[in-house]
Amino acid sequence: MDIVAELLAGSRLALSRAITAVENEYENATAIMQKLYPHTGRAHVIGITGPPGAGKSTLTDKLAKIYRRQGKTIGIVAVDPTSPFSGGAILGDRIRMNELTLDEGVFIRSMGTRGSLGGLSRKTADAVKIMDAAGKDIIFIETVGVGQSEVDIVKAADTTVVVLVPGLGDDIQAIKAGILEIGDVFAINKADREGAERLKAELDMMLDLDQVKAEWRPPINQTVASQGTGIEELIATIDGHIDYLAASGELARRRTARTRSELIALIEEHINRHVLKQISSSGQLDEMVASLEKRQEDPYAIVTRLLAAFLR
Amino acid sequence: MEKRIRVLVAKPGLDGHDRGAKVVARALRDAGFEVIYTGLRQTPEQITEAALQEDVNVVAMSLLSGAHNTLFPKVVKMIRDKGMKDTLIIGGGVIPDADIPGLKDAGVSAVFTPGTPTGSIIDFIKTNVK
Ligand code: B12
Ligand SMILES: Nc1nc2c(ncn2[C@@H]2O[C@H](COP(=O)(O)OP(=O)(O)O)[C@@H](O)[C@H]2O)c(=O)[nH]1
Ligand SMILES: [Mg+2]
Repeated sequence: MDIVAELLAGSRLALSRAITAVENEYENATAIMQKLYPHTGRAHVIGITGPPGAGKSTLTDKLAKIYRRQGKTIGIVAVDPTSPFSGGAILGDRIRMNELTLDEGVFIRSMGTRGSLGGLSRKTADAVKIMDAAGKDIIFIETVGVGQSEVDIVKAADTTVVVLVPGLGDDIQAIKAGILEIGDVFAINKADREGAERLKAELDMMLDLDQVKAEWRPPINQTVASQGTGIEELIATIDGHIDYLAASGELARRRTARTRSELIALIEEHINRHVLKQISSSGQLDEMVASLEKRQEDPYAIVTRLLAAFLR
Repeated sequence: MEKRIRVLVAKPGLDGHDRGAKVVARALRDAGFEVIYTGLRQTPEQITEAALQEDVNVVAMSLLSGAHNTLFPKVVKMIRDKGMKDTLIIGGGVIPDADIPGLKDAGVSAVFTPGTPTGSIIDFIKTNVK
């Protein structure tokens, strides 16, 4: 079957198979992405990040339902950690999204991180592009949970929602770890628990000290995702950010930055692969290592020589 | 990147026994599989749609309530009707030996009953997955 033609004609099975092909780097993966590329760039991408158990999946489910009522189609990419020991993963985000399963306007795909450390998998951005090309209006990316380097989401999303919960005890710690910088919108979920007001006050204070985002002061919403409370308000805040992005020119700037960094990453990947393939299959790599061990050459000289040879 | 075997562990019907499903899910994860778990009380329609969206290689259903003779064949038919011809479909739980031949005829490739070592489930999947 022509997977791209079927995908563009609306086949959900083709959409699903395309993501698999790209995730597993099947032979046809590059061809698929090439043909889909002209059809990308339409969807608004919303990142949902925050510590494990904060309610990201529950919140995504509720947000998606409201956007569906507005007639928008939805893609969801939910990332969970791959075990570094077995390479396996339990992908459980769908448990909170079962009511969306039979809605044909929603497509949900779970992905394991497969060794990637930034909170997404290496192929998350491609999965988003595939859903975008399939015509989804809004695409959610649910990350693994804010870790030490959960910054990938900012590059992948237009609007990043950081989900926090009261009573973790490490509120300030989390805020220090760089969450402040990545959030366009904050949701204090589980606001039915004690400490939501205090967390909001602390967060307000830190955000007011932050001068970087002078043009857009990230709003803070309180939600009880499990009961559907505060979701309409959160949507209004997200929509406000979408309007701000368009009116200020920030959307164009973010998209340009993303296009640039994705191109750079692809160039790096291909140059790496090309150079390493050549020097390892020719035996040059082993010779270089041997020469270094005998201190006949230094690594900088080798790299300079190598580059000169490749650029000739 | 090498291919990972993706498995949907599903609990069809109203059966609330989920220990076995969780034990199997964890064992499959530890064997290096990506396991999608969707929780309790799934309709055959939901199982089929989740299998399609997740593009799983295996659909593994767990049932201890006695409804396997109606629910398992229904899921097999819906999966095939949606174009997933190669998906390996297996089941497990409290299932009388007498029912197993009928389930196999209906397209359930294997049935694992209480006391099955998880290693034999893993071996079966590795040998039979397409
Ligand atoms: C523990 C248990 C419960 C617990 C369940 C806790 C939970 N969250 O799972 C509780 C107390 C809640 C419970 C309740 C009930 N139970 Co009960 N329960 C059991 C019991 C004693 C053990 C089940 C178990 O957890 N085993 C341990 C796990 C690890 O084993 P397993 O599920 O069999 O899984 C193994 C294999 O079967 C296989 N496997 C299982 N699933 C899958 C899936 C795949 C894909 C694969 C490959 C393999 C596989 O691999 C696993 C590892 O070897 C069984 C009796 C028994 N000996 O099986 C009765 C049993 C299942 N229950 C039974 C009944 C009737 C009930 C109730 C209706 C009782 C009542 N009248 O209230 C309720 C219904 C609950 C509901 N909502 O559905 C009956 C079912 C009768 C039938 N099928 O005709 C049984 C068989 C007892 C009996 N002999 O009557 N139960
Ligand atoms: N009390 C309370 N529990 C919630 C709320 N939102 C989600 N939960 C529960 O928190 C648990 C984790 O939710 P989940 O969405 O899976 O979190 P994730 O790991 O961030 O995706 C689940 O048991 C939810 O039902 C909330 O607002 N209040
Ligand atoms: Mg989640």
